[in-house]
Order: sequence, then C-alpha cells, then structure tokens
Amino acid sequence: MSRIDDYRQVAPPGAVDVIQKLAERVRGRRFLNLTGGRLGGGVAEILRTAVPILSDLGVDTSWEITGGDQAYYATARTLQATLEGAERVLSDEGLAHWVEMNRVNAKKLALDADLVLVHDVQPASLVTHRTDGRWVWRCHFDCSSARPAAWSFFRQFADQYDAAVFSLPGFEGRLGIPMYVVEPSIDPLSEKNRELSPRELTDILTSLRVVRDKPLLVQIGSFTHGDDPIGVVNAYRLVKKHHDVRLVLAGTGGDEPDRVEIGNELREAAREDPDVLVLELPAEAYRQINALQRAATIVLQKSVRAGFELGPAEAMWKGKPVIGGYAGGLAQQIIPNATGYTVYTVEGAAFRIRHLLNNPELIPRMGAAGREHVRRSFLITRHLTDFLALMIHLAR
Amino acid sequence: MRTAAHPFLFVGCVELRQTLDMHALDERELMHRVAEVPADSVFFHTFGYFLRHRPFTTAYGNDFARWAALEIGDRALAERLAVVDPFAFPTVEALREHLVTILQDHLRARGGDLRVEFDRAFHFQRSHLVEVELGLAATTLAEFRAGLAAADATAIYLHAVEARARGGRRAGDFAEWLRGALELPALAERFERIDPYLTTLERVRGRLLRLVDRALEEERG
Repeated sequence: MSRIDDYRQVAPPGAVDVIQKLAERVRGRRFLNLTGGRLGGGVAEILRTAVPILSDLGVDTSWEITGGDQAYYATARTLQATLEGAERVLSDEGLAHWVEMNRVNAKKLALDADLVLVHDVQPASLVTHRTDGRWVWRCHFDCSSARPAAWSFFRQFADQYDAAVFSLPGFEGRLGIPMYVVEPSIDPLSEKNRELSPRELTDILTSLRVVRDKPLLVQIGSFTHGDDPIGVVNAYRLVKKHHDVRLVLAGTGGDEPDRVEIGNELREAAREDPDVLVLELPAEAYRQINALQRAATIVLQKSVRAGFELGPAEAMWKGKPVIGGYAGGLAQQIIPNATGYTVYTVEGAAFRIRHLLNNPELIPRMGAAGREHVRRSFLITRHLTDFLALMIHLAR
Repeated sequence: MRTAAHPFLFVGCVELRQTLDMHALDERELMHRVAEVPADSVFFHTFGYFLRHRPFTTAYGNDFARWAALEIGDRALAERLAVVDPFAFPTVEALREHLVTILQDHLRARGGDLRVEFDRAFHFQRSHLVEVELGLAATTLAEFRAGLAAADATAIYLHAVEARARGGRRAGDFAEWLRGALELPALAERFERIDPYLTTLERVRGRLLRLVDRALEEERG
C-alpha cells in the first residue's frame, strides 16, 4: 500500500505538502464512497489508491458497494447506457425494482458521514435515504446526450444531492444543483504505471510475443467502433508504405456482435501482415499494458467516441508522444504540437505518425513535455487535492 | 536588517472548478454568453488562465482566444482576443464590456458563423479558491526571499494576481506588505510594475526574486 510520502518523488514540488495541509483541515471527518462494485474500471483504480492514502492522512475514509439480484444490475447498466445516450428499453417495473433494491441496500449500509460521494448510476437512488452530511453525485461518464426520458427519471434523484461532480465541463446534464469539475487521474506507483526494470520489460514483452526490432506503434483500447482499431490498422498501412514499423493493438474483446466482428477483422489483418500483432488482454492486465506503453515509439488512441479515457495520460507519463482522436477527454489531455497531436481522420493519424518518424528528435521532446504535463495535471496527487478542496468547500 | 511590523504569511490555493452548463457553439453565442455569465466566470477564463497556463503550451492569454484559435479556427478573432490584457481594466465588468465589444465588432466585419460540434463548444466555468496556509512566514526581506523561493506556485497567483484582480488590493499582497510593513516603497513600486500577462507563474516568481536580490544587495552595500 502506498503512503502519501511515497509520492514526493513523482509529484510536483510542494504538492504533497499542500495535500497534508488540506487534510489537516478535515482530519477526523468521515468520508464515504459508494460504488456499484470493487472490480475493474477507472473508478475502482482511483479508489484503491485514494481511500488508503486519505485514511493515512487522518480522514476517516471508507468505500462501500451496493448489491442486488440480476435484474438490479441489469437495470442499473441499462439506465447508465441511456444516460450515456444509447437507445435502450427501460421498463417502469425494472426501474421500480432498482429503486427498491437500493432501499434494501440503504438499510444494510451505514450512510452516516460528513461527505458521501456516490459514484455513477447503480447506487445513485440511495440519496433518498440520506441522513446528515453532504451528498455528492460523482458522475464519471458523459451524460450531456442522455435520452430525455431517462434523464427526467434520473434527475428526480440527482437533484436531491448537494452537488454533482463531472470529469469535464460539457459532460454535465441539466441539474438544479452546483456542478463541479474534477478530472480523473492516474496512480504513478500502481502496477499500470510504475517503473519497470529492463529485465521485467523484456520478460513481459517476450511473453506477449512483441518484437522490438522496428519502431513500434501501440494502441490500447477496446475492439469497438468507438476506439476505432480498424482505423488504426488503416493508418498503419498508409505509414507502412514509407516506414518499416510494427503495430500492436491490445484490447478487450467481448461477446457483443460488433466486438466479435471487429476482433475477427483485426485478426485477419494480423494474419496477412506479420508486423501487426493483435492481443486480447483481460481488463486487469496492468503490467502488460505498462510494458506495451513503455515499449512503444508512438502511442495511438484514435478513438472517435470516448469518455475521459486516461490512456493518453498513462502513455505520456511514460514519456511517449500520443496521437489521439478528437473525442471526450483525449483532447483535454493531449496538447497539440507539445505532447502529441489530436486528429480527426485515418489520414490525419498517418500524417502525424509519419511526421514524428521523419523528425525523430521530436519524439523524446514531446515525451518529456507530456510527462511534465501529466505530473502537474493528471496524477493522483492532483486528484487528492481536489477531493480535499471539495470537502472543505462543501463544509463551508 | 529591517524587521516588519507584521509578518507576511504565504498562502497557496486550490482551484475548485464549477461548470455553469452554459455553452457557446459559435462566435455569436460566445458574445451573448460573455455578456450574461456571472462575473466570476469572466474572471475564471481571463485572470484564472494564469493559474492553469503551463510553460510548454502556446500562450493565448485567455481561454476565449485559445478557443477561437483551436476550435473555431478563427485566427483573426484569436489575435484580437489574445491581446486583451485583463490587468489593464479597473473592474471585471469593464473587461467583460471590452470582450463583448471585440466580439461584436468582429461579427459585423465577417459573414456567417462556423458552428462547432458540442464536443468542441466553449464551456463556461467559474472557480472557488480554497486557500492553503503554507506554513511560511517572513518578517525580514531575507526571510521574504526564502519564502518566495519555496512557496507553491499557486501562492504567486493568489498574492500577485487574485489579490490585485478580485481582492481589491490593486498593488497586490507582496507590494502592500513591502510598502506598509517593511517600509520599502521603492521595492514595492518595482513589484507593482511586474507584468504577469502572457507569462507563467514561475517566470513571475523569477522576476520578483531578482528584484528582491537587488534590494538585498543594495541593503548590504
């Protein structure tokens, strides 16, 4: 378990002192996090780091989860999908069951705290059972294009909070409460981002069958239209006419028809070209992702639809230039011409890859700028500072 | 060595950002929104830019100019907005009026607006500053120099930008203390002349430190 002082070696000078000073002001206060589960996803990654550090700093921090039957989980997933803009069928009975299951959850959970941070949709209706303390809905996704009927239903709960927190301005839906912006972060000391020894790196890459004899282009992301891995293959093919490079596409597959179809298409591309490697990794393959990002010459994140997606921040922390699609939080993380490029098309991605390969002195320069950018803006230390500032601000 | 009547306490800050659910998808909407958003939001997107600006990014001077250049691709408007020095205005309302006038004039001179997708809209925000006492205090010029060199960069923003622009202390906290408590009016005046526009907080810190070093040398000489 990491402690706050461990972060002095990686955080900007003075950042840990500021965190300690802020924590002194809320020492002994109770801070409860409520989520729909403890596994997978960026929320769990952040809380696994933040909860022990805040406790170590004297803030009485806890993390509880809600549970229920299959119908409860299914409705919560569908409701979140509609709030993210997808067209799905939501039944009145299903929604009533979701509310009822959270009533049961409320009886089991100790909800007394000075600040209760409720993450995403599954536990959100617990707010109707609030006692004292301040309640904040922490929305980790983009709900600016929520389906109107779903938003109207959900808003009756959201408006009962004291405030909401979104990852980016523009990700918010219409609410009658104050809405704050806290960008997510990466933990530089986690398995996904910590330094790897040359031996570790070689061992992991060997086990993944990644050969490092040519410049390596890497994209890590799901095999979905949103992350556009097919577009990455097409950009690679345009680059390949001029540069001898390899491409690694690492991501999660799945049973959904579009994922299966895209996975098949990618594997076909890999069969035709020995310099293309497609790796299906489990979501928790943190060391492998770490090694792939470190081995990359250029990291791609050519998404056409995205939430915040911390892939660029992870890659920049490892000193890599990033070429990303102009979507969601990618444009927020990548500073064009300084830490990488944002692109709109396959051709744009190919153009920028060729530009970097033809001007190789830019690669370490952009990598170094990216690492400093992440140090200031996307490390867990900045996130902890924001958490504590929010606690202090809401207690006023 | 001269001792101050009261110590200078270095205070840093954390910016808690609040989104206002107000957006602009083209220059005309930007003009209307700038005219109607709370003054705190105009402040956030102009003076607040100095707190967020990093040395390796292109300096646009404020968020409006950055948006015009990068999202709308209207270089002429970006230039006209970038040159607006917020420190040149006596109040945020005067600054707002000037920004609206520029947008209005620009819109008269050109034709239809280029609308952007919502992803690329200008999203209006404001911020709440949570102050953090840094545990650094000074009663002499030498101690002040040590504190200035060691303080978190946000302290430079709070004492030199926020104090002047929103706190009603037009000279800034540093200059006020140097003049009032340490009785060094000449140094205070030099501090007031420091121009934080289009630079970074670290550069401002560097310039202030050089002024203090010169004063310390004069004191010793």
